[in-house]
Amino acid sequence: MTVKTPTASRSNLLLTLTRYREFGIILIIIILAVIVTLRAPVFLTLGNFRDILLDISILVIVALAQTMVILTHGIDLSVGSVIGLVAMMVAFTIKANPTIPLVVVVLLGMALGAILGSFNGLIIAIGKVPPIIATLGTLSIYRGMIFLYSKGYWIPPFQLPDTFKLLSKGTFLGIPHIIIFAIVVAILVYYFLNYTRTGRDIYAVGSNPDAAQYVGIRKQRIIFLVYVLTGIAAGLAGVLWASRFESSQTNTALGFELQTVAASIVGGVSISGGVGTVPGVLLGALLLGMINNSVTLVRISPFWEQAAQGLLILIAVVSDILIMRRVQRNKSK
Amino acid sequence: MSEYVLELKNIAKRFGGVEVLHGVSFGLRPGEVHALLGENGAGKSTLIKVITGIHQPDGGEIFLNDKQVHFDDPLQARLAGIAAIYQELSLCPDLNVAENIFLGRQPTTVGGSINWRKLYSEADRLLTSLGVHLDLKAKARSLSIAQMQSVEIARAFSLNARILIMDEPTSSLTLKEVAELFGLVRRLRDEGTAIIFISHRLEELFEVADRVTVLRDGSYVDTRLVKDVTRDDLVRLMVGRTISNLFPKQDVKPGEIALKVEHLSLAGIFEDINFELHKGEILGMAGLVGAGRTDVARAIFGVVPPTSGTIQIEGRQVEIKSPQQAISLGLAYVPEDRQLHGLIPAMNITSNISLPILKEYARRGWLQDKAERSAAFSAARQMEVRANSIWQLARTLSGGNQQKVVLAKWLSTKPRILILDEPTRGIDVGTKAAVHALMSNLAAEGIAILMISSELPEVLGMSDRILVMHEGQMTALFSRAEATQEKIISAATQTIKTVRAL
Amino acid sequence: MKASTVSSTAAASQPANQINVNAPRKSFLARFQRWEWMLVALVVIAIVINSRLTPYFLNAQNLSRTSADFMELGLMMLPMVFIIITGNIDLSVASNLGMCASFMAVLWNLHVNIWIAAGAGLALATLGGLLNGFLIAKVKLPALVATLGTYAFFRGIAYVLLGDQAGRGYPPAFTYLGQGKIPGTLIPFSVGLFAVLAVVFGLVLHRTTFGRYIFSIGNNENASIYAGVQVARIKMTIYIVSGFMAGLAGLVLAARFGSTRPDIGTGLELTVITAAVLGGVDINGGIGTMPGAVLSLLLIGLVRFGMGLKNVQDQVQSIAIGSLLILSILLASVARTISASGLKFNWRNIATAAAFIIVFAAFFFFFFWSRAPVLKSVFG
Repeated sequence: MTVKTPTASRSNLLLTLTRYREFGIILIIIILAVIVTLRAPVFLTLGNFRDILLDISILVIVALAQTMVILTHGIDLSVGSVIGLVAMMVAFTIKANPTIPLVVVVLLGMALGAILGSFNGLIIAIGKVPPIIATLGTLSIYRGMIFLYSKGYWIPPFQLPDTFKLLSKGTFLGIPHIIIFAIVVAILVYYFLNYTRTGRDIYAVGSNPDAAQYVGIRKQRIIFLVYVLTGIAAGLAGVLWASRFESSQTNTALGFELQTVAASIVGGVSISGGVGTVPGVLLGALLLGMINNSVTLVRISPFWEQAAQGLLILIAVVSDILIMRRVQRNKSK
Repeated sequence: MSEYVLELKNIAKRFGGVEVLHGVSFGLRPGEVHALLGENGAGKSTLIKVITGIHQPDGGEIFLNDKQVHFDDPLQARLAGIAAIYQELSLCPDLNVAENIFLGRQPTTVGGSINWRKLYSEADRLLTSLGVHLDLKAKARSLSIAQMQSVEIARAFSLNARILIMDEPTSSLTLKEVAELFGLVRRLRDEGTAIIFISHRLEELFEVADRVTVLRDGSYVDTRLVKDVTRDDLVRLMVGRTISNLFPKQDVKPGEIALKVEHLSLAGIFEDINFELHKGEILGMAGLVGAGRTDVARAIFGVVPPTSGTIQIEGRQVEIKSPQQAISLGLAYVPEDRQLHGLIPAMNITSNISLPILKEYARRGWLQDKAERSAAFSAARQMEVRANSIWQLARTLSGGNQQKVVLAKWLSTKPRILILDEPTRGIDVGTKAAVHALMSNLAAEGIAILMISSELPEVLGMSDRILVMHEGQMTALFSRAEATQEKIISAATQTIKTVRAL
Repeated sequence: MKASTVSSTAAASQPANQINVNAPRKSFLARFQRWEWMLVALVVIAIVINSRLTPYFLNAQNLSRTSADFMELGLMMLPMVFIIITGNIDLSVASNLGMCASFMAVLWNLHVNIWIAAGAGLALATLGGLLNGFLIAKVKLPALVATLGTYAFFRGIAYVLLGDQAGRGYPPAFTYLGQGKIPGTLIPFSVGLFAVLAVVFGLVLHRTTFGRYIFSIGNNENASIYAGVQVARIKMTIYIVSGFMAGLAGLVLAARFGSTRPDIGTGLELTVITAAVLGGVDINGGIGTMPGAVLSLLLIGLVRFGMGLKNVQDQVQSIAIGSLLILSILLASVARTISASGLKFNWRNIATAAAFIIVFAAFFFFFFWSRAPVLKSVFG
């Protein structure tokens, strides 16, 4: 039923390109890398690369989870508050019990995150509250609970044992632990989304919820699950945050939720669900990290950092939608 | 042991306060093709959704192999061996062909992870055995409707279903594709599968079905052997009375040209459409779903402006870039999809009717309630809208009354050219006759009407001339006298141009 | 078209069930939705509780001072109601506020006349709204994505403009915007400004063609396009207005603080959205009223004020606001679900519910218990 048109071959090329949407981001990354390297050759060193990875590790962990939520056509705005609350609770627990094994600390953080995430999942999947409202509410609630819990105090570095600081700062084969955490999470999420039925169900629910239900996928369960998983990831991130910054404050990870959403969207995840890949989000996070890093290296005022980030988010999504529209137009019949 | 593999007894179903199925009974034998027949709104789709577990019945019993069953969700029905191909296609547009076939039950390795290689090889085998050639890795979004349907059929086949339900599977297929599909249906039947087949094309029932059950207004009417019934019998059973007055077309002498379209094209969608529409004339537009008829209408109305070609209204060449402009030029367009494009369901009748010409009921932007109310009231009363008051929300009205509100809305703009896209889809026979009478009267008043319809009797009964489209091309233009069902079908399913100047 | 011909033919086919022309439209108060009455009740309850909590509550000076604290929120909420009713959102308002205030501060620091500086800030904020409108109405980006980008971008511009500087020392004529009172009354100028604008926005929403179009777009954008509504132009307009109002809020806030730093107003967007949604504006579009939104702002103000009187920290107060937001939607949706399909009491559901209760109980046990020994050992 196809009608041959002169644009057919070009649209095929574009189709192939969009099948690998990551190309666009890679292109931007390369351009940025070249420009920055010309101004500051130190950019293209292993050490600097390591710095960038260190900076984006926590972002990667949470952004990948956020991606799963966005794949179902949802959004989790509470992740920043979950990170802050878990970091605070874990930090106080360690201060009170300095001998507690690190494994227990990590598991505790993930469990706390899971509970906070399951509350989100409950009101969204069962209570049918729109995700943006539900997590906007828990954003306030969880942030408020940090103050309730800490009574306004914070945990300074000297109150945390060195072993806990090593959780993120220590290295294994020369690679900082926190990067290893991010890599492991990325592999797990990649496997989960591509090689398990539940993972594929997430795409199906986001792509066409009715079709998913027709084939017997339990939509509510999938939606509940992604918020719990995001809670777990944010819980882990909370522990790592406290370890990396050697402290826990009431404004820990304030506003972080929008960064995770930004990393996903720049990485090609569609806000309307069903579209998005792990490599794309990794590149999205990398791009955000590179911008921060370059601003420092090129020694323009650090105040440009956020403006540059915002501008790049806009450029990424606008170019993406323009390309997609071009493809749609050429494709139709 | 009864003769039925699936038996429904006295199934009732209510939505809100409205009962849509009144105690329907139905028996399905193994190895038969059982057609389910009824007008739009007769309850076929609801019945199907009860069988497949999407809806739960409010009364009655379902027996599967003599055992009473209750399906809480579609999964249970599927596990019990009931597969369905729905009218609204149920693919995930962002997943590829192979995965859509095996969605929710992808083959896994011993460890539980998805075995993609096996998934692709099985999908390939399945599609090959169906004689379908598709790129397994193409996203469903990029497929044509026929291709999507073959994916759905492959999915049903892969389930080894004992009961296969096909809801209007042929509505957008070419004749060749329909023949292929029927070959598959017969093969499955001979292997012992029970098939429920829904189609509006009576000829197809005679070709493929063994028995036929007729529903009307949510009630069971009768079950007959197909070889014992005639076409007229079926129509009578469906409609419940003679329908000689369904098409009250008056003879109107066409006036001057109201709309002239020349070489109209929208890149990739339709090309080189030419026709003239006269005052007082009803020009029917026939063709298969997806032939581009609606796209032509939308181009004329400025929703998606054409890429080339010219439009003349009353002899003046115009370039219509937006619906707002089209309205001011005296056009009105009653769209095909009432819910999506016609109605604002959560607004009241008054606001719905006044929307296109709201500015006329306002002074410097401030709404004049009184003017709006009286205009809406008289428009609603002319259309015999049945409602408690004009403040009733549109979504609480029945389908027929909703369509009347949409018509009232467009007629209140006092159009000189009226485009009707499937004006009687999904409404009851009584309203249908009223809409046809209205069209006829409007034409008599000198309004030019362009009517898109997929119901051949409607096209034949109401049109002065009939334009046929196929895959974005105009393939025929018949006068009322020379048009027959056969001629239209052949023009609607072939690409050869047989346009004659009239 | 002629009435006679149509009605005669249509009437032939079926008995007429005439619409009653005299059925009057419900009066303004009767059309108050259930939720708005609920808000009225909650406001009354909040007033009663507040006046019991402390004798200072009904002190006019106190009320006057506190009410001014919520006017920036209110100014941004007015256009936000429009935007959410069309089914869109604007995450960038607080950033835009910061951009406006920072631009004004920079110009002021360069010894530009304060009113010219303020006008320039307003213009920049309006330009920001124009950018949002362009991205959403013309490029057709999802509003959430577009305004997430400008959320970062506008705040970034604020930092670029002002850096680690601050604008301060504004002349009294300017700080009057945020600190002054309407002569002869205790009513703060900003409250008066908000009241006037709220009435204007309310009338536009509920009494004009523009307002009707906003509802029709939110209910069914496609049908609105077919009905000739100029959807793109209307979206563009409301985002430009949103930008302007964010700028105005920026001026008021800068005037109230008497100084400007680039992080001014950070995070306010979420409270603004909360206020609108709590006021009964449906986040999916199509439903909402201006009185409801204003009542909800009043309620939020009263709850925060009352808790403030009891020395509850701002951030802890947000627990109450967040809960109110979730409960307002949750209760309605649960009620709908129960009335549609009834409660299913089977063992599995009960066991699941019990499991959740145990888990959440365990969490709160840990939450309070784990803190106690710490408190004793460190601060005791």
